Amino acid sequence: MSAKRRVVVTGLGMVSPLGLTVDTSWQAILAGKSGVETLTDFDTSTYSTHFAARVKNFDPLVYLDGKDVRKLDTFVQYAVAAATQALQDSALNLEQEDRTRIGVAVGSGIGGLEGIYENSHVLTEKGPRRVSPFFIPGAIINMAPGYIAIQHKLQGPNISIVTACTTGAHNIGYAARTIAYGDAEVMVAGGTEMASIPIGIAGFGALRALSTRNDDPAKASRPWDKDRDGFVLGDGAGVVIMEEYERAKARGAKIYAELIGFGMSGDGDHMTAPNQDSLVRCMKNALKDAQIAPEQVQYINAHGTSTPLGDPVEAQAVRLAFGAAADKLSISSTKSMTGHLLGAAGAVEAIFTVLSIRDQISPPTINLEHPDEGCDLDFVPNVAKKLPIEIAASNSFGFGGTNGTLIFKAI
Amino acid sequence: MSDNQSGDVVEISNQVKKVIAEHLSLKVEEVQEDKNIASDLGADSLDTVELVMALEEMIDKEIPDEDAEQLKTVQEVIDYVVKRKAEDKAEAA
Repeated sequence: MSAKRRVVVTGLGMVSPLGLTVDTSWQAILAGKSGVETLTDFDTSTYSTHFAARVKNFDPLVYLDGKDVRKLDTFVQYAVAAATQALQDSALNLEQEDRTRIGVAVGSGIGGLEGIYENSHVLTEKGPRRVSPFFIPGAIINMAPGYIAIQHKLQGPNISIVTACTTGAHNIGYAARTIAYGDAEVMVAGGTEMASIPIGIAGFGALRALSTRNDDPAKASRPWDKDRDGFVLGDGAGVVIMEEYERAKARGAKIYAELIGFGMSGDGDHMTAPNQDSLVRCMKNALKDAQIAPEQVQYINAHGTSTPLGDPVEAQAVRLAFGAAADKLSISSTKSMTGHLLGAAGAVEAIFTVLSIRDQISPPTINLEHPDEGCDLDFVPNVAKKLPIEIAASNSFGFGGTNGTLIFKAI
Repeated sequence: MSDNQSGDVVEISNQVKKVIAEHLSLKVEEVQEDKNIASDLGADSLDTVELVMALEEMIDKEIPDEDAEQLKTVQEVIDYVVKRKAEDKAEAA
């Protein structure tokens, strides 16, 4: 049996509620800032939730020409922005690369909700002849990887894995396997989302999934705290450049970390409720794939959405998957600051996980004032913590009962 | 031919150029009468569909596909819009 090709991260890109780049977002994370704000662009008075973690001051014209901006839903624009940043960061000289060996795996949890919503109104009010010809191409989920490929002329595998809140993690894990298997040398991978529009707020509100702490939005996302009351919808995109290790080394690339483990599991249980056994299996599968012992992991970027149901289930699942080692590791939820970016969450959190290794620091879980019962791990409350981190994991769990864990190692 | 009518033509011409410029992200000055909308101004087939929809909004009438296919240059679009708008006046008279 031939040895598995090793895959490393050589570029990062991000648009988040905390900043328009990886650096600005990461500095805000380490400072424990919240990206959550009251919504003012529509009348929220009849909605249960009046706030979200939006991307602020994004100018698509930095990344796209005006004609293309009009054609593409915002979630595609965010993905293109993050991908362009990541490619620049990787310092790949695309002019000299075999572009048929560079692919894109970027998904979204929901996709073009804006386009669907707007064109539904046009259809009802003005009839079918007024529905935009760009509605379908601009709203379909795989236009995110499609347009990234169009912009950078990338001709390798082009795909979107769509698994709700695990989308980002699954696309990164899949991208690594595509490289390990030999189908590509480089993959542009991640997730993107823009769902904080009225229909999105109404839909998640109807599910009773969102926090309704309308008088203090910055305190609304509070994973593991006993006063948490739901998650905060967030927007943005995270994209990483995954590259085969030997070629990355040969070209002198800046290598952030190696992806050593990818685990998945399915619940086969409930549409929206998490299943503890399944989360345990997911993490164990990742540890097995990485061929490491639980005590080798120093940091976990948790799924930690701040829902009453999900947070303790994840905490206990970590305890079951890691055993006694669970008491030695640090685990935090950056969703306390970014909100829940749905299909982008796993990607931006993979980036924060990689940066925790680079900078040897665990991001905090902000707003964690009184840990709830059953939430008894080191959640790095409120202040980032310096810590030797060689190996770090990132958990993602999604509606439909779909889970993913990524494990990164310093190199 | 009254002054009033030629004034209308100028206004329609400006409106058409503005709509084309908006849809193709161009400056209005770039949208000159002799330009071919596809080959000179860069409209692809979907841009053209959208442009026709915008013109339909402008004249508040449907533009049949057979007509739309004949409209290659900015001038042809202006002439077409002027012609279709004149139908209103003919009907009104």
